[in-house]
Amino acid sequence: MKKKVLDDVSIVLAGAAGQGIQTIQHLLTHILKLKGYHVFAMKEVMSRVRGGVNSTEIRICSDRTSAYVDRMDLFLPLNPEALKRYSYRVNEHTLVLDEKKVPMSSIAKELGSDIYKNIVAVGFILGLFHIDINFVLRYVKKHFSDKPKYIKNNLLAVKKGYHIGKLYAHKLIINVKKDKKVVKELYLDGSEAVALGAIAGGCNFISSYPMSPSTGVLVAMAKHSKNFDILVEQVEDEIAAINMSLGAWYGGARGIITTSGGGFDLMTEGLSLSGMIENPLVVHIAQRSGPATGLPTRTEQGDLDLAIYAGHGEFPRIVLAPGDAEEAFYLTQRAMNLADKYQVPVLILTDQFLVDSFYNVPSLNPTKIKNKHYFVKTLKDYNRYKLTSSGISPRGLPGFGSGLVCVDSDEHDESGHITENHLVRNKMVEKRLKKLELIKNEIEPELIGNKNYKTLVVSWGSTKGVVEEALGNKKGVSFLHFKQVYPLHNKTLSYLKRAKKIVVIENNATGQFAKLLKREFGVKCESVLKYSGLPFSVEELNEKLS
Amino acid sequence: MKSYLDMKGCDVAWCPGCGNYNILKILKEALYDLKIKPENLVLTSGIGQAAKAPQYLKCNYFNGLHGRALSPATGIKAVNPKLTVVVTSGDGDVYGEGGNHFIHTVRRNPNITNLVHNNMIYGLTKGQASPTSLVGMKTPVQVSGVSEEPFNPLAVAIALDCSFVARINSGDIKQSKEIIKKALKHKGYALIDIFQPCPVFNKLNSFEWFKKNSYYLKGHDVTNKEKAFKKALEVGKYPLGIFYVNKKKKTFEENMGCTSEFYKKKLNVNKLKKVINSIV
Repeated sequence: MKKKVLDDVSIVLAGAAGQGIQTIQHLLTHILKLKGYHVFAMKEVMSRVRGGVNSTEIRICSDRTSAYVDRMDLFLPLNPEALKRYSYRVNEHTLVLDEKKVPMSSIAKELGSDIYKNIVAVGFILGLFHIDINFVLRYVKKHFSDKPKYIKNNLLAVKKGYHIGKLYAHKLIINVKKDKKVVKELYLDGSEAVALGAIAGGCNFISSYPMSPSTGVLVAMAKHSKNFDILVEQVEDEIAAINMSLGAWYGGARGIITTSGGGFDLMTEGLSLSGMIENPLVVHIAQRSGPATGLPTRTEQGDLDLAIYAGHGEFPRIVLAPGDAEEAFYLTQRAMNLADKYQVPVLILTDQFLVDSFYNVPSLNPTKIKNKHYFVKTLKDYNRYKLTSSGISPRGLPGFGSGLVCVDSDEHDESGHITENHLVRNKMVEKRLKKLELIKNEIEPELIGNKNYKTLVVSWGSTKGVVEEALGNKKGVSFLHFKQVYPLHNKTLSYLKRAKKIVVIENNATGQFAKLLKREFGVKCESVLKYSGLPFSVEELNEKLS
Repeated sequence: MKSYLDMKGCDVAWCPGCGNYNILKILKEALYDLKIKPENLVLTSGIGQAAKAPQYLKCNYFNGLHGRALSPATGIKAVNPKLTVVVTSGDGDVYGEGGNHFIHTVRRNPNITNLVHNNMIYGLTKGQASPTSLVGMKTPVQVSGVSEEPFNPLAVAIALDCSFVARINSGDIKQSKEIIKKALKHKGYALIDIFQPCPVFNKLNSFEWFKKNSYYLKGHDVTNKEKAFKKALEVGKYPLGIFYVNKKKKTFEENMGCTSEFYKKKLNVNKLKKVINSIV
């Protein structure tokens, strides 16, 4: 291998489940981030608890990133299967960390156990980066503080690896710019961001059933539950999850549910109930490759149509799709408030790529968006479904005030009682649907790039980072990123009309968002799609867009 | 008896002679006796003729989806433990479509009362078998007669250590009312299976049939789970009354630390800022 200078490093760690990839990822990314590097890490795992080949893709860049590259600068295969699985990405520019270069096994053996192999590798990589060894040792010591028996040897292992890395550093010169500001930035995954956003939005109730890749949010909410007085209930099925959440909102709580496509399928009747009784509801859907069980631990944006059209009958809803961890935080907070404001279900569409990836984020400010409660104290003559010009009736809570709060899944009159009067039916349908028009003024799509463009690249949700990076400063091309994917904002058409060509990037096979744009606005769109279960890499999107 | 729980001028959708009238009357009188105010009362129900009960008395209500009445009831009680929450639904709703929620609500033990109007038939869909229909009953769907053994809600509930299990006969207003009052006062999930005739679609299980084929438990120790279970297995002549009570079981709200209304909760923003800023 010739001498090489890198200003953007892509590290791939691969091995069997249970071989300790997570520990390597944790140590590397946290230490590098705390030293001022922009870090992004993406997880790609098989649906099994032991064995197989899992990987983590880490990028260390001079600028913030939220995308991965096909290129592997450093590749650490922890077993022969890993080497085989990723061999198609190995080329002359790849530094494969094998036993010849770094005798991880023999060092580990000297220290008395195979478990130190990974730590030798961590040391090697940090040595390449010339990270202050004392800082590394302090961090490793702290990391293993709950396993005091192993601290000494872990420190020896990291030191040995570090020195080999330093010796190697003249062949591979790392020239990634550090940024002092990054040191104090947050470093979190998408799941944590959704959970913190929910808490920031006043969420105090979560009822859910575990399902990959959505469970991270349930776990994060449970972790914070004591601090923020949140009721966490793992229910018997997704049907209970949604009906319990509807009861909780009706009773005055702010609830969230986290699930994935298959779990959401089971909730669709409850979604329709939310629409009918105009009860707020927030569901986070972490998409994975479908249909049916599909690829349970891989990513896809295949459930947009499901989110938009799920549930029988006609009723308004809001579908939001964050582009990264920062947006996941603010949009989830916003979701809690929008559900309350419009008394409609709000669905947050993330995906495996977003919830499992780690991002460094400048800051998350829970007071940037103002939380507002919309419920009212009722009087004796209170009517839950009072007809108003906006279609929104003041929402009372049972036991708060002297009125009665009656909600009914049957068509109902203003008081909430069953009716089969067709004139009342018309008024109630119109009242519910009116709200959709108001929601079209909520969250605008974000134009990234010049206002004057010939080509408009459009995407929604987690493809944001890779689209932005792949486009760079292409002339005449701008990027329109959608965070509110349904209903589409009133200003959408004005952006689309200005383009000569519209290209829609989606992580699915049928171009669901492109079809939505065509249906709503009659515009012509080209689609760039990917449905292998992996997100787009920067290189492949670059190629498809050129 | 006139009471503040009466809904004036409502158009009741039940057939003449339906057992639901008695159940509504018994429930209203029990609530009246216990001085439970409409604004502090929430009735939840699923779908079916029984599930229409909340329409006919003055209260807050959540008339949701078929089979799902227990889930919103659990949510409502947890986020406002000061409310009295009563689930009124039928055998098809609670034992059929909602069977899984029934099982897990027993385990969860929210402090709610569940009245199951058990007429052993599907009324609103016009006369198909229900999970509790007796073997041999012929219907337009079960043309050769029901072949499955009926679901035994009391035995299932007792097996899961349900904290209050009773059966009443809607034909006996006086005794039924006292049992419902005990259930309303009980701390925990109280299941009351109610024998209810459907004179239109179930020609077999009439008021007379239920009277003839039941008897009241006497000298029964409600704290003895094994004996209660044995009693629950009795068929032919069905025992009525309280089968089993477990006062030691913690409620869902207690386990979850729910003491006050969730709508009064305030987010501790400074604490959240601290937590967020520690994630480096």
